Amino acid sequence: MADAGAQAPVRRARRRTTRTAWVLRVIAVGYVLALVALPVASVVQHTFADGLGPVWDVLTSDDFLAALRLTVVVAGVAVVLNTVLGVGMGVLLARYRFPGRRLVSAVIDLPVSISPVVVGVALILVYGTYGWFGGALESIGIRVIFAVPGMVLATVLVSLPLVLREIVPTLEEAGLEQEQAAQSLGANAWQRFWRITLPTIRWAVAYGVALSLARSLGEFGAVRVVSGSVSGVSQTLTLYVNDSYQELGPDAQQQAFAAAFVLMTVAVVLIVVIAALRPKEDRS
Amino acid sequence: MSLLADVGAATPTRRGRRPGELTRGAGLGLGVGVLWLSLLVLLPLAAIAASAFDDGVAGFWSAVTDAEALATIRFTVGAAALVTVVNAVVGTLIAWVLVRDRFPGRRVLEVVIDVPFALPTIVAGLVLITLYGPGGPFGVNLVGTRAGVVLALLFVTLPFVVRSVQPLLIDADREVEQAAASLGADGFTIFRRVVLPTLTPAIVSGAALSFARALGEFGSVILISANLVGKTQVSSSYILTMIESQEPTAAAAVATLLLVVALVVLVVLDVVQRRTARRG
Amino acid sequence: MTATPRGPLARTSSRLAAALVAASLLAVAGCSSDGRAAEGTQDAGTTLDLVGFAVVQAAYDDLAEQFATTDAGRGVTVAGSFGASGAQSRAVIAGQDADLVALSLTPDVDNIVQEGLIADDWAADEHQGIVSDSVVVIAVRQGNPKHIEGWDDIVAPGIGIVTADPGTSGSAKWNLLGAYTHGLGENRDEAAAEAYLAKFVGNVVSWNDSGRTATDAFVKGTGDVLISYENEAIAARAAGVELDYVVPDSTFLIENPAAVTVDAPAQAKAFLDFARSEAGQQIFVAHGFRSPFGVEPTADVEGANDPAHPFPDVHTWTVEDLGGWGAVNDELFDKESGLVTRLRG
Repeated sequence: MADAGAQAPVRRARRRTTRTAWVLRVIAVGYVLALVALPVASVVQHTFADGLGPVWDVLTSDDFLAALRLTVVVAGVAVVLNTVLGVGMGVLLARYRFPGRRLVSAVIDLPVSISPVVVGVALILVYGTYGWFGGALESIGIRVIFAVPGMVLATVLVSLPLVLREIVPTLEEAGLEQEQAAQSLGANAWQRFWRITLPTIRWAVAYGVALSLARSLGEFGAVRVVSGSVSGVSQTLTLYVNDSYQELGPDAQQQAFAAAFVLMTVAVVLIVVIAALRPKEDRS
Repeated sequence: MSLLADVGAATPTRRGRRPGELTRGAGLGLGVGVLWLSLLVLLPLAAIAASAFDDGVAGFWSAVTDAEALATIRFTVGAAALVTVVNAVVGTLIAWVLVRDRFPGRRVLEVVIDVPFALPTIVAGLVLITLYGPGGPFGVNLVGTRAGVVLALLFVTLPFVVRSVQPLLIDADREVEQAAASLGADGFTIFRRVVLPTLTPAIVSGAALSFARALGEFGSVILISANLVGKTQVSSSYILTMIESQEPTAAAAVATLLLVVALVVLVVLDVVQRRTARRG
Repeated sequence: MTATPRGPLARTSSRLAAALVAASLLAVAGCSSDGRAAEGTQDAGTTLDLVGFAVVQAAYDDLAEQFATTDAGRGVTVAGSFGASGAQSRAVIAGQDADLVALSLTPDVDNIVQEGLIADDWAADEHQGIVSDSVVVIAVRQGNPKHIEGWDDIVAPGIGIVTADPGTSGSAKWNLLGAYTHGLGENRDEAAAEAYLAKFVGNVVSWNDSGRTATDAFVKGTGDVLISYENEAIAARAAGVELDYVVPDSTFLIENPAAVTVDAPAQAKAFLDFARSEAGQQIFVAHGFRSPFGVEPTADVEGANDPAHPFPDVHTWTVEDLGGWGAVNDELFDKESGLVTRLRG
C-alpha cells in the first residue's frame, strides 16, 4: 500500500515512506502510546516518586508477601490444572472423533466470554454454603467459597482454554503420520503420547502456559467475588492492590502502587517470553 | 472460529481400530475431562440460569426491567458495541502498520500492545486512573464519565483485533496486490478491494472477542466509573452489588441476560466470519 | 515432523524465563518456610479472624497492635477482612471464618446470631454490644464552595450526593436515617420526611458498595457532597484528603456493635474487652469515633474541624426514637416495600 504501485515494476520495490504511511504510523503509534504506554509509565513514576525505600518497605511487608505467596500458589495450581486439561482434551479433540466433539470444544471456550463477576457468582451458586453442593461439601469439611479452593476454581475457569487453544492447531498441523508409524511399529498409546505427541506440542504448551500464567496471576473480578479477601490469608496480589487503594492515606496508596508495579513487571516479562515463543514468521 | 479439523481417514491399524475411534484409555480420559468440565463450567452456568428464574418468568422480567438494571445493561451493551467498532478499525490499522511498515521501535510497539492482555485488570484500572483521573499530569479527569469507561474498555480490548488480523497480514500473498497496483489501482482501492476481504474474517473474529470481553469487564472499569447511577454503572458492577445485597435472583437474571446477549452476538459474528471466509 | 520451528532466541529466552520463574518460586517458598520457622520458636501465636465493616479498619489495626502489647494479647495477631457491613455479615453467614465481628449496625450482627454463629447474649452488656459511636455528617469540597450548611442545602437542585448502597452498606442506612429524621423534624411529620427523602434520593449520583468506596468516589471527584460517618471524614482529613465536613445541627447517632462468635478462642473475648476498655476506647477516639462509654479524648484529634473539641454537641436521633431496628428496617429498607426501595424506583 505504501509504494508498491508508485514505482516501476521491480521485484523488490525500494521502501519509500509515503505520506499515507506516515499518517497511519502516527495514528497507530500515537493511539498505543496514549492508551497503554503513557499510563503504564505514569504508574512507574508514581510508584517510585518517593524513591526506592518506601517501595522496598512494601515489598518486604508481611501482608504483601502473604499475598504474593497466595497468588503464586493459586495461579500455579490453576496453570497446572489447565495444562493437564488442555493437553489431555487437546489430544482427544485433535486425534479422535466422537459425538459431541464440537460441543466439548465450545464448552471449553465458554468461560472466557463470560464476565469474571458472573464466573464468581456461578461458583457461589453451586459451591457456596447455600449452593447446590456447598452444604454437602461443608459437612465433609471442604470449604470452597471464601477459601483457597474457590479461588483456584475461579482462576482455572477464567483461563480454561488458553493452553488447549494452542495445542489443537499444532497437533492438527502436525498430522498423524508419525503416530501411525509408531503404532505400526508396535508402540502403545502411552509410548506414542510420551515420545511423539508431547514433543510435538512442546512449544505450544509453553506458549499456552505463559498465557495462562499471565491470566491467572492477574485475575481479579472472579476472585473478588469468591474470596473474603482476608489480608494475610485469602488476599491475592490483585485483591491487595484493590484493598490498599481503597484505604485512606499515602502509605496505603504506596502499597497499592508497589504491588501494581510488581504485577506489571511480571506481566511484561511474561509478554516478552510469549513474544519470543510466537513462531518466527517470515516478514516480507 | 472452530478449532477442529476433520480427523483424517487413513488405513485401518493393526488392531483393526479405525483412526479417530476412541480406545478404552482415551474414552476414560474423555470421561474424566467431561466430568471436570461439567463440574466446572456446565453446572455453574446452569445454576445461573436456574437461579435467574427462581421467582419464575415474572421475577426474571422484573429483575431485568428494574430501572437501574436496565440503565446498566443499556450502557454496558452500548459501550461494548462502540468499543468493538473502534477496535475493528484501529486494530486493523495497527496490525497493518506493524506488518507492512518499518520504523525504529516497532518491536517495542509489539510488546506494548500485548500489555493490556497480560496486565491484571485492577492494575489496568489503577494505571488509567493515575493518568486520566484527578491529579493526572494532563489535568483531565475522566472519573465518573462515560468516556472514562470507554477508555478503560478500549485499553483491555486493544490486542484482540490486532492479534487476530496480524497473522493473516503476515501470510498474505502480495502478488494480487502488486498485480492490482500494476493495473493502476491506488493504495486505498487496493486495500479496500484486495486486502480487506481477506482480513474480514479475522477482523470479525477479533471483534467478537473484543465485544465479549468488553461486555463483562469489571476490574479495569470499576475504579474510573465511580458507579454513577444511570450514567457510568456497568452491569458487572450491578451484578456484584446484587449478589452482595443478598439478591441472587436479580444478579443471576442480569447475568443471564448478558450471557444471552453475548451468545447472540458471538453466533452472529461466527456466521458472518464463516460467510466471509468462504468468499475470501 | 517437528512443530513449527522456534528460533534459538526463543529457546534461550524461554529457558531463561523458566529459570527465573523457578528461582522466584523457590525464593517465595523459602520466604514462607523461613517465616514459619521463626514463628515456631516463639510461643505458638493465636490468629484471630476479624470481619469488620470498611471504615473501621484503621482503628482495629491500631487496636490489634496495642492489644498485642498487653498481657492478655501476647502473641495474638488479628487477620482482618474489611468491607461493606451488610456484605460482610452475609459473608460470615455463608461461611467466612470469623472469631470477631465488628459491624456497622446491630441488625448485621443479629442476622449472624440467627444462624447460631454468635451467642444470643452478645448484647447483654450495658451498651447493648456497642463499642463505638459516630454521627452522620455532610462532607464537602475543601472551602465549601457550594456553601452547604445543613441537610436542606443538599437537596437543592444540581447538588450531587455521594452515598453508599443500603443493600450492601451499613453506612448507607445510617446516612438515609440521618436524611429521614431531618425530614421528620420535631413534629415527626412523616409526610415531610418522605418528601425530603424523595428529594435526597433524587440528588444521589452514586450509590457505592461501602462507606469507604463512597469516600473514595467523592475524593476522586464525583459529586458535590458526601454523606458519611463523622469518623470517616476526620480520618480522611487526617490522611491528607482535601475535604471539609459539616456536622448538621440535627443528625443521627451511629452505633457500631462488635461480638465474638461461638467457636472463637478465648483471646477473641479478651480482644473485645480490650476494645471496650479505657485504652481501647482512647484508640477509637483518636480515630475520630465517639465513645459510648463516655471516654473523652486526651489529645487533639487530628483531622477534626476543631481538634481540641472534635465532637460537637448536636441533637442526635437514635434508632430507639424510631421504634427500633425492626420497625426501621421494615418501613425504610425492606427490599420490596421499604420507603427507600420505592423512592429509588
